[in-house]
Amino acid sequence: MTWFLLTIVVLATALGDLFQTIGMKQGGEIDDFRPGMLGTALATVLRNRWVALSIVSFAASFFAFLALVSVADLSFAVPATAAAYVVETLLAKTILKETVGRERWAGALLVTLGVVLISL
Amino acid sequence: MKTRVCLLIIIVANAVGNVLLSYGMHQVGSIASYSPLTLLRSSLRAASNPYVLIGVGFLIVFFLAHMIVLSWADLSYVLPMTAVGYILVTVLSWWWLSEQVRPLRWLGTIAIVAGVSLVGRTPHRTTEPL
Repeated sequence: MTWFLLTIVVLATALGDLFQTIGMKQGGEIDDFRPGMLGTALATVLRNRWVALSIVSFAASFFAFLALVSVADLSFAVPATAAAYVVETLLAKTILKETVGRERWAGALLVTLGVVLISL
Repeated sequence: MKTRVCLLIIIVANAVGNVLLSYGMHQVGSIASYSPLTLLRSSLRAASNPYVLIGVGFLIVFFLAHMIVLSWADLSYVLPMTAVGYILVTVLSWWWLSEQVRPLRWLGTIAIVAGVSLVGRTPHRTTEPL
């Protein structure tokens, strides 16, 4: 049960960020930070179905995390969910076609390690 | 420049929001039972706690800034960069909430700093606009 829930948390978080990135990139670069324009831009992207789907994913991740900490220790749950960093970097490289070179990979792995150490 | 500003807002709003939320929820008291009535009562108490409310406000700002920065920056750039927040939470919970920080946690902090400085050297955008 623990590993099943952990998988759901990691996948839902990673997919949430993936969908959000796709949706926000479709909406185009936000460049006008006057409050009115920002409000209009956000109202538009909230109607984007990828953005909507990302919010559903984040909700699923949140509830799966609650279920996870009810069956496992927080000191296991938090570092284990750091796996999302690796999964998301892979998704960013393969699906979003971002350039993930050696430097960015090394950084992402160090951050993952750091998050694990911090929450052990 | 605007990437840096957005990242700063994401990091600070997330950390401050979580610390305020944690502080407020401790005032509300631990949720002892998960029966619908108790949950409803705890939720109402939480929703009337000023720290919880301001905390949620900060978390909304965090979420919006996270969306905005992804309209131009790489996910594989933003994600590790925002891990600076873990450092901020460690420092804030040590300083404000007087929590003990173990050596392992400081070691993790150093690893995050190293990782973030590596990612920070890469360009924040590597894809063409859609």
